[in-house]
This record gives sequence, C-alpha cells and structure tokens, in this order.
Amino acid sequence: MTHGFLTKNPSVLIFLGLLALFTLTVTLLSNAYGVEVISTSMVKTLGKTLCLCLIALAMDLVWGYMGILSLGHFAFFGLGGYMIGMWLMVARTREIVLASATGLPMTPQELNDAIATQIFGVVGTSQMPAIWAFAGSLPAQLALVVLVPGLLALGFGWLAFRSRVTGVYLSILTQAMTLALALYLYQNDSGLRGNNGLSGLQNIPGLDWAGQDRLSVWFLWASALALGLGYLACAFTVSGKFGSVMRAIRDDEARVRFLGYPVEGYKLFVFTLTALIAAIAGALYYPQAGIINPAEIAPIASIYLAVWVAIGGRGRLWGAVIGAAFVSMVSTWFTGGRAPDLNLAIYTVKWVDWWQVLLGLSFVSVTLFAPKGLSGLVDLLAGLRPPQRRGAPLGPDDGALMEQEARQ
Amino acid sequence: MRSLLLAFATSLALALPAAAQDAAPPVPVATVQTGLAAVIAQNAGAIAKPSRQTIAPVIAALGQAGAGAPDFLQAWADKKLGARKSDGAIFRVTKSADGYALADPATGADLGTAAKAEIAEIKPNAGVRGLIASALIQFQLSDPDPKTRLAALTALARDGAAEHLAPLAASIETEADPAIKAQKERLLGLLTIRFGATPEARVAAIEGFGADLGLDFRAALNPILATSRKVFNEAPSGNVALTLTPGKPGFSEAEAYDLLVTEGLAPKRLSSADLRAALESHIENNAVGGVPVTELADPGKREAAYAALEAAGKVPAGATDAEVSAAVAQTRFADIYAEPDPTVTDAAKAALDAVSLKVSAMQGADLTLDALSLASIYFLAAIGLAITFGVMRVINMAHGEFITMGAYTGYVVQQFISDYTISILVALPLAFAVTFAAGVAMERLVIRHLARRPLETLLATFGISIALQQLFKNIFGTQARPLTAPEWLDGAWVLNDIVSISYIRIAIFALALTFLGLFLVVMKRTRLGLEVRAVTQNPSMAASMGINPDRINMLTFGLGSGIAGIAGVAIGLFAKVTSELGADYIVQSFMTVVVGGVGNIWGTLAGASLVGGLQKGIEALNPSNTLAAQTYMILFIIIFIQFRPRGIIALKGRAAGD
Repeated sequence: MTHGFLTKNPSVLIFLGLLALFTLTVTLLSNAYGVEVISTSMVKTLGKTLCLCLIALAMDLVWGYMGILSLGHFAFFGLGGYMIGMWLMVARTREIVLASATGLPMTPQELNDAIATQIFGVVGTSQMPAIWAFAGSLPAQLALVVLVPGLLALGFGWLAFRSRVTGVYLSILTQAMTLALALYLYQNDSGLRGNNGLSGLQNIPGLDWAGQDRLSVWFLWASALALGLGYLACAFTVSGKFGSVMRAIRDDEARVRFLGYPVEGYKLFVFTLTALIAAIAGALYYPQAGIINPAEIAPIASIYLAVWVAIGGRGRLWGAVIGAAFVSMVSTWFTGGRAPDLNLAIYTVKWVDWWQVLLGLSFVSVTLFAPKGLSGLVDLLAGLRPPQRRGAPLGPDDGALMEQEARQ
Repeated sequence: MRSLLLAFATSLALALPAAAQDAAPPVPVATVQTGLAAVIAQNAGAIAKPSRQTIAPVIAALGQAGAGAPDFLQAWADKKLGARKSDGAIFRVTKSADGYALADPATGADLGTAAKAEIAEIKPNAGVRGLIASALIQFQLSDPDPKTRLAALTALARDGAAEHLAPLAASIETEADPAIKAQKERLLGLLTIRFGATPEARVAAIEGFGADLGLDFRAALNPILATSRKVFNEAPSGNVALTLTPGKPGFSEAEAYDLLVTEGLAPKRLSSADLRAALESHIENNAVGGVPVTELADPGKREAAYAALEAAGKVPAGATDAEVSAAVAQTRFADIYAEPDPTVTDAAKAALDAVSLKVSAMQGADLTLDALSLASIYFLAAIGLAITFGVMRVINMAHGEFITMGAYTGYVVQQFISDYTISILVALPLAFAVTFAAGVAMERLVIRHLARRPLETLLATFGISIALQQLFKNIFGTQARPLTAPEWLDGAWVLNDIVSISYIRIAIFALALTFLGLFLVVMKRTRLGLEVRAVTQNPSMAASMGINPDRINMLTFGLGSGIAGIAGVAIGLFAKVTSELGADYIVQSFMTVVVGGVGNIWGTLAGASLVGGLQKGIEALNPSNTLAAQTYMILFIIIFIQFRPRGIIALKGRAAGD
C-alpha cells in the first residue's frame, strides 16, 4: 500500500527530501549547531514559517480539495496556541514563584493563589478561572490542544453542514465564528487575560539550561517534523478513493449526494481533520513567537491564509506550502523596512506603506489571471496548458467543444 | 423714574427723624442711619473681619434689614467693601489710581474719595462668601431679571437648605413667568421633601410628585431611603428597613461576623495569611511548635503547629468557627434608615417603586429607539451588499471600503465648502457618484471576469479591500479625520430624563426610510427594477428575453456601491472617519444579509432589525460589556442559520437553488 501510494505521488518524496535538506541546512548554519550564519531570530522566523506552511496545508485540503472556503481556520490555530500557552505560562510561573518563595514552604492552595495572582494580576483578579483546571499538567493540556479545536470544529461543522450551508454563506459563517471567538477572548473576564493574551511563551519550563539558541533549532526540527507528517497525512487523504470523492464534492456537491455518498460526513471529517492540523501548527507556532493574543484570531488572519493558498496554488499540497512560505517571507521582508525604497521621479514608494497595496493587487491579479498561482509556473515549465473555461463546469450542457478542450 | 424719585423722597422723610434719635456712634459722613445702615454700623467689626463660624446671625440680620440689603451683600461677596482704618466705618469702595472712591454702603451714594492708606479692603473667605451667596438667593428669587432668578434656582437646586424654603414659597406668588413659576414650584416640592418641617408636609410633597421621572426627584428620595447595617443585642430599634438573618441569601454568616469585627464586638478570625505570619515569627530550630518547617506545606500540620503555639501562650487565640457561629447567633442585624420617621420612608419607598416601574418602561422605550437607530445604520450599510449579493450572488468584501470611501468624500468636500449644511448636501450625491464609479470600475475590471466563481470573487474583492484600505491610510493618514454634522443636527431630542435620541440618529433613520422607499420605487415602478428582478430570479431566462445581464450586473453593482457611499457619509457624521470605518461595519452587514435572506429588500430590513435589536437587547442585559453582546449575537446568528439557512425571507422556486 505504502509503496503504491508513494509511486503514485512522487511529489511527496521530493517534498520530504527538500524539507529535510532545508532543515539540515538551517541547522548547520545556526548559532547552536553550526557555523553561526543564521541568527537565532531568523531560525525562529523560519520555524514559524514552517508552522504557517502546515496550516496552509490544512487550508488547501479544506478549500483546494473540498471547496469549503473556510475563513476561520486561524481560530483553531489560535486555540491550539492558547492551549499550549496555558501550560507554558502556569509551569513557568510556578518555577518563578517557587524560586522567589521565602519562609514557610507553601501549601498547595498558597502556591495556586500565588500563580493565579502572577498570571491574572494584569486583568485585576487573582482567581484561577475554571478553564485553567488542567493547565498544571502537560499531558492534559497537550490533549486539549487537539480536543478543544477539534470539538469546536466538529460542533460548528456539524451545525453548518447539517443545514446545508454552502458557498459564500459558509465562508461568512466561519468568519463570524472566528470573530465571535476573538471578541470573546478580548474580554478580560474570558479567563485568558483579555487583550494582554499569554506572554513569555518562548521560555520553556525545565529547559532554561538549553538557551534560546538551541530551543529555536529544536522547535525548527519539531515544526519540520510536523510539516512532514502533515504533508504525508494530507497526501494520503487526497490520494485514492477518498480524495476522489473530496474533489467530486468540490466540483458538484449535489451529484455526489445523488450518487449516494454522505457528503456531510465527508465534509465534517475533512473540516475537523484540518482543524486539528491547524491546532497542532498553532501549538508549535506560539512557543516560537512568544506571545499570543486575540488579535491573532481576528478574521483578517484567516483571510490572509486563503491569500497564501491562492497565491501558492490551491488544489496542490505543495502549492499551498510554497504560497505560505513565499508570501509570509516576502511580507516580513517588505514590512520589516528592509526593502529599499522605490524612487519614482515624483514620489518615493516606501514599501512599509505600499506593501499592502501591492499584495492586494497582486492577489487580485493572481485570482484573475493565474488561478493556479505560483504552482502554475511549474506547469508552465512542464509545458502543461489548461483550457480557459472561466470556472464553468466541464459538463454536458456546454457542448462538445469543452470535451475537446479537456483532451488537449 | 417718577416712582424712583418718590421712593427716594419717602425714605428721606422717614430717615430724617430716625437720625435725630440716633446719636451714637459718631459717623461723620453718613448722617442718616436706619434699617440697613444701622445694622451695618452695629456689626461693622464683624463685617470687616468675618469668620465662618460666627457671621451667620449678622448675615441673617443684614438680609432682613430691608432695601439695599441685596446690593450690600453682593458688594460684600464681590470684595468691594472697605473699612476706614480710623473708625472702622464700612464703605463701598472702588479702586482708582490714587486711592479709593467711597460710596455709602446702604444706598450707594457717592461719598468722595480716600487715600489708599486710609482704607482696608474687606476680603471675606470662600466659606463666608458661600453663606452670603446663600442669603442672597432669597433676593435673587424675586429679582426683576428672569436670568438672575433662573441662576438662583439653579444654585438652589444644587445646594438648597432648610432656610430657603420660606423665601422660595414667598416668591412663587409674585412670579410672573409661568416657566420659572413651574420650576420654582417643583424646587419647592423637592426642598420640602428634604427639609419639610413636619412629616405630613414631606409626605404630601412626595405624593405630589406621583411617579415623576425626573432625576432630581429620585435624587431627593434616595437619601431618605439610605440605610446602614447595624448590630443589635436586643430587638432592633429605630426606623427598621429590613431585619437580616445571617445565613440567608444576601447576608452570609461571614458578612455578619465581619460586621461584628468592624463594630469591635468580636475578635478577628485567623486568616491563612495571619496564620502564616504567626508561624513564621515563631520558627525555632527549623520547627514551629514542634512541627518541622519542611512539613508545614500541609494545612493540617499548620493548624497543629498553631494550636501548639496557642497552648504555649505565644500567640493570641483566633476565633474558631464555633465561636463565630455563636457570636453571630447572639446578635441581631438590621438595615436602619437614616431618616427616623417611618411615614416619610414609607411614602418615599412607594413613590420610588412607582417611579422605578415607570423608569423601566421608559428604559424599554429608550432601548427600542436605540435598537431602531442601530438597525437603520445596519440597514444602510447592508442594503448595497444585499443588492449585489441578491442579483449577482457575489459577496463584495470591499463593501466596507466603499463605505469608508463615502465618508472620506464627505471629509474632502468639507475641506472645500465650509458651510456644513451645504457641504453635507453636496457630499451625499458626490459620495454616491464616487462610489458608483468605483463600483462600476470594479465590476468591469474584476468581477465580470470571475463570473460563476463566487468564492474567487470573494477573495478578489478582499484583495481590493486590503489594497484600498492601505491606500486610504497612505492618502489620509492613520488618525481620524473630522466629518462635522451641521449645527441643526447637533444635540438630541430629549423626551424626558431617560428617553432621548440624538438628531443625527433620527436623520439616519429618516435616510434609511428614504432609501427603503426609493429602492421600492426603483424596483417596482421602473424598467431597470423590472430587469433587475428578472436577472435576480433567473439570469439565463432573462437574457433570452432580451435583457442584457452584463449591463444589469454593472448597474446593480454601481447602485449597491453608491448606497454604501451614502451610508459612509451618514456613519461618518457620528463615528470617527478612519481607514477602518467600513471594516467595523462589514461583518454586521454580512450578518444582516445572511439573516435577512437575499434578493428581497424586506429581508434586509428584517435582518437589520433583528441584528440591531439583538445587539442592543443583549447589551442592555449586560451593559458593561459590549464585546460580550457581539459575541452572543454572532453565536445566535450561527444557530439561527440552522433553522433558516436561507434567511428570514428566502427566495422561492428555482432561483433559491443557486
């Protein structure tokens, strides 16, 4: 089976090979294990980019292959981050509290109170909210990383697909979901520190001796591993019969339903699976970013996710990865102020100000002229040219001309 | 003029004989002394060096001294009096270049000048000036100038006192202005509630107000009903509002005991912090009371260690739970009114209950107005979106930016036309034109090429949205730009102290209604409307009937965008005009469209009412937290979609099947 799967999908091996090569190169150029060419912050950026590639994979699965334009996957990403952040924060604060304790040894109650005061002082309470009940235990919180976003996706997806909400309605609804979550988290009494968010996540409890140099490389490895496994899982999902049904649902949902397939079940499965992948990506992303707050979950983030996938090329797993990596890196470069100003005769274009305009317009042109995005370039090199159908289905009612096109 | 002369002559005639009798003390300049002048002369020392504690009777005497008293008191308060250093006589003084111009304190008649060194200016301190002002009020209440009377009433309403009751009551009869008279009567009622001589009078005053909604009435009632929690050993005495039983809801045993502790009737309970501190201060040989320090992480061990210390007499005994219960059980607790008379408190309570019932009804009305105004804003913001979505099945993510564009158009127009009324009148059609053009351009350049690909259209319009937003930031900067409403839209329509709505919101409501009417006329009565409806129902059938769907799409898109521009001007009048103005409304607009259902203006109207009403309703339940209101509203909408996936008013037939 595995043999057949890999021979049918040669791109998987190529992708994994390139990913391994990339990880090895970065490791050998890093401060901790190599020749100190790439700074620690750059290693972190690369690690974070790998996590973004992972969530882009999830987005491609649900949008490119399934046709569900979810504008809410960053909600799952953020929730994953919040779940791991809770443990990181409690464990880290416990270390600090114990280190600064004097006098009598603390009772469990006193220890809890001291941790709660430290964490929730900024929002004016010293009570540990009920949702932090498991925050003291790493295995429990790791389980929550997948359970909370998974259950949210399951519940939301069940409600949405059951009532056959599709198309733009569904997009708007997912956007509403992520907005509701973000607004809820913005409140101080949500129990997750309101708009302060969780901070200090880059300090991993018990690993102080390792230092950020080594931690960043470890997280890069973990992210690369997660991306590799995620790619395998996604490639496995979209190949074979399951993948065919997915694409069929994307192209004509009603026909698949009439053929007897449980469309809602397929959709729910893929939606939840991608939510889990997004959550894992988030859980790996935020310890590298160091801070998470509700702004990360705002609807705009999820829309950017769609932009990455669209620019990379949807309907192809590696296209999504390329898109996420390319756009987020270029975006960092432009908004970081490192891009040289473009001096026109009458006006100097400062990229910090104009990058968004460029991004928006290039996004529009990609949607208009290159529906396959950057991955279309690869097709161009391979000499493949798609017929110009302008989104019309390849069906009987538009005549035989289309059939001819398809054979080209 | 003649009456003045007559009065002067009369006073002269009266004064002359009095002066003959009044030989002492020698006042060389003022030859006649009676009434005010006499009072001033008697109290010259006190007037020159007034003290807040002792001056009250003098002010009272001056106040009753008759003609000229108000002017004199006013001059005193304004620091325009001076005392002659040689004999202490009081004058009104006006500073001039080389000294003081003197005037008679009682009549104001000119008395020549004096050198600077001869006169000491009288400068009463703020406390004394307050007393003088309070005495002056009784004169100002009958002042011929209505403005002064109103000012005096305002001062009285702020800090009236018992002694103002009589002058206020006296001034009502002679009051000519009906508005001021009504105000005086109301104030008299309020003062009677607070300071009335007999309980009967106060109760009558309270009942006279009925269920009045005024804040001042409630402010007068509330101090009467103020209670304080008291501890009694036997049956509670005084005007009891409520007898409390510890352990019942609202009054826990812990609260009861804390009350005992604050009253000094019981020892403090041993808190865990106290326990810790006590133990820490008695560490000997790494142990406390025989318990090793390392074991003291266990609360039970801590209790044991403290008990050991207690037995050794090293720490005071803390109150145990049993002692706390016993102490609480022995004592009675009650809320006692500060007001001793029960008839007054009963009347106040009944009045306040009646008022609060009416207040909640009015708050409901106010909430409805708020919800209506919010709904009309959402309606205006969403109507364009609904049109384009209904006709073309296209969600325009840049709709919010069209709203912003409209608001910025209004701002730019105001840079050129300074008259706000004209500029708004110019801005409305101009905003429509600008956004109409932008919408048509967008339709021709982008959306037409993405026909039948709704998800890609959504994303492409989003790309335009981020580009436009950044463009606005680059052009207009990140700070808010002013879009000022004309003066006649300032202020609010105030029904009473609770129900009020600003004129801008009424104008927006009217604008929304106008657009509803306009839209209905265009849709039902014009050729364009007919064609639009045909394309909405079935584009290919419409095309085969000779309608050009491309043209209709373009016009519809332009129309929807144009209305967004007008909504932008309206929203910009009360919200901050920034590049994110439209983005703040876009999600609510989507919600409105989704809830309302597409292709029908009444659906949009219903959706806007539902979304606006819901948001205000949830906000009213939890006023401190507007974020929570939005969260719950969105959750509600997600669930609502479960039951009506196509919105409140769904298209029927084949069109509904996409």
